[in-house]
Amino acid sequence: MEVKQISLFLENKKGRLWEALNVLAKAKINIRALSIADTSDFGILRLIVPEPEKAKKALEKNNFTVRENDVIAVGVSDKPGGLAEILKILTDADINVEYMYAFVEKSGQKAIVVLRTDSISKGKKALKQAGVTVLSAQQVYSL
Amino acid sequence: MFWQKDIETIDRKELEKLQLKRLQNTISRASKNIPFYKDIFAKSDIKPKDITSLRDIEKLPFTKTEDLRANYPFGMLAVPKEKVVRLHTSSGTTGKPKAIFFSKKDVNQAAELIARCLIMTGVKKDDVLQNMMTYGLFTGALVMHYGAEKVGVLVIPAGPGNTKKQISLMQDFKTTTLHITPSYALYLSSVMSNEGLNPSDFSLRRAYLGSEPYSEETRKKIESFFNIDVYNSYGLSEMNGPGVAFECTEKNGMHLWEDNFIMEIINPETGKTLPDGEKGELVLTTLCREAMPIIRYRTRDITMIIPEKCRCGRTHRRISRIIGRSDDMFIVKGVNIFPQQIERVLMGIKAVAQNYQIVLESYDRMIVRVEISRELFDGRVEHLVNLKNEIVEKLRAEVLVRPDVELLEPGTLPVTEGKAVRVIDKRTL
Repeated sequence: MEVKQISLFLENKKGRLWEALNVLAKAKINIRALSIADTSDFGILRLIVPEPEKAKKALEKNNFTVRENDVIAVGVSDKPGGLAEILKILTDADINVEYMYAFVEKSGQKAIVVLRTDSISKGKKALKQAGVTVLSAQQVYSL
Repeated sequence: MFWQKDIETIDRKELEKLQLKRLQNTISRASKNIPFYKDIFAKSDIKPKDITSLRDIEKLPFTKTEDLRANYPFGMLAVPKEKVVRLHTSSGTTGKPKAIFFSKKDVNQAAELIARCLIMTGVKKDDVLQNMMTYGLFTGALVMHYGAEKVGVLVIPAGPGNTKKQISLMQDFKTTTLHITPSYALYLSSVMSNEGLNPSDFSLRRAYLGSEPYSEETRKKIESFFNIDVYNSYGLSEMNGPGVAFECTEKNGMHLWEDNFIMEIINPETGKTLPDGEKGELVLTTLCREAMPIIRYRTRDITMIIPEKCRCGRTHRRISRIIGRSDDMFIVKGVNIFPQQIERVLMGIKAVAQNYQIVLESYDRMIVRVEISRELFDGRVEHLVNLKNEIVEKLRAEVLVRPDVELLEPGTLPVTEGKAVRVIDKRTL
C-alpha cells in the first residue's frame, strides 16, 4: 500500500486553516507531517496522518474539499548532502519532484522526507534500486 | 414558405413609408384618446404633427413599465370599453400588474403575426402543435393558440406541467411541434430519458422556445436530444405576447415584424438611439394596435439589430437572441456588463461548480468569486492556478474587462431559492 497524503483546498479566509486543524483535533487525529502550498489567494494544505480515511471523512463532513494522493516517504541520512543524494538519484532517472516536505520525527538515525514525484511507481523503483530506504505506509503511520 | 409574402418581403422603402403612415396614425389616436399621452403632448413642445419622418420618433418620450402600472387598470385604453374583447395582465414582482387589452381586430392581428411565424418555420395544416405555455392571464399560450388555429394546425392546449400526461399526448396524437419554455424543455428531456423513451419514436419536428432567456448551448442540447429544430421566439405581453420576433429556418436571429412595430435600440443609461449592430435596450412602438397603442416602450431587453439581409428573403430586420435585462446591467471601467455573460462563461468551464458571485469593488474593479467543483479538485496547485487563469482569460474575452477571480470552496456562497443574488455592488452602499 502506498503512503497516503491528504490535500485540502483552503480559500483565502481568516481562520480557515484553524478550522481545518480543529476538525482533525476533534476527531483525535494526530498530524505526522504537514506542508502548505500557498498562492496569493488560496492554499493547499497537505497532511500525513495515521488514519487518512478517517481524516478525509471528518474533513468532508465539515464541508472541506479534500483529495487523497499517493506519496513516497524516504529515510534520509541526517548529515550534510543527505537529501541532495536522493534528489540526484531522481534527477539521473529523469523523474520530476513536484514538491516535498519533512517529518518532525526521525526513524532510527534517519530523517524522513515526503516526496511527490510525477510518477510514484517510477520514483519508488529508482530510489529502491539505489538503495534508499523507502518507508511503507505501515511504517509511516506508526511513527 | 410565406403566410403573407407581399408584406413579409416588402421593399424596405415601401415598408418605411407604411411605418411612417401607421406611426402618425398611432400618435394621433394616442394623443387624442389616451389621457397619459394627451398629457405628454400637452406638456411637451413636440406635437403629433411634428412627426414627419421615422427619425422624428426619437423626439418622443419613452413609455415605461411604471407608466403602465400607474395607469392600471383602464388608463392606457384608446377605445371605449365595449370595443375590448380580451384582457391579459403581466404581473410584476412588485406593485400593481399591467393590464393589456385587445380589441377584436387586435386579437386577429396578433394571430396573423403568429401565423407568419409558423409558416416561416415550415408548419403545415397537418401539423400538431402541443402548446405547453401557461393558459390564462399570461399571453404566451392563448396568442400562440389563436395563430395556430388560423393556420389550421391541430392545437393541443396542454398547458405546462403534468409531464407524464404531456408525453402520452405527444405519443397518442403524434405531436410534431412544441411551444415550450427552455427550462421545461430541459426538464421534459430528463423525464423522457429517465423513462427510457427514445425521442425518435415520437413524431416531433420542431419546437418554439421563448419567454425565458436561454443560450445557444441550451438550444443545441434540446435540438440534439429531441432530434428537432428549435426556433427562438420573442415577445412580451405589452406588445401582444409571442409573435413580435421569430426565427426563420436560417436560425440566425429573429425577424421582428416591422410593419407592426417600430424597433429602436437605445443606450439604457442615456436613452440615446444606437446604430444597427450595437447592443442596447430594445424599444418598441406599436403600429397596428387598436385598443392599446404604446409609443416607445422600453422593453428592458438587451439585444441588437442585425441589419444584413436574411437569406430567407424576408426584408424585416432581425434582432439577436436576448442578451440580458437592462435592469441587471452594471458598468465596470466604462463597459456595460450583464451577469448573464459571466454566467455563460462560467457554466462552460468544467471545474467550476454552479454557484458564483460578482462583487463590484469600485468603478474599475470587479471580483468574480467562483466555487470550484469538489469532484475535480485533485490537490495540485498548478491545476488551480491554471483554472483561475482560464476563468480570467475567458471572462476578459467575453466582457472586455479583466476581472479578479477568487476560487472558493464549494458551499461557501449562499444558496438562495429562486432568483439568486449574484451581484454585490459595494459602490452604492
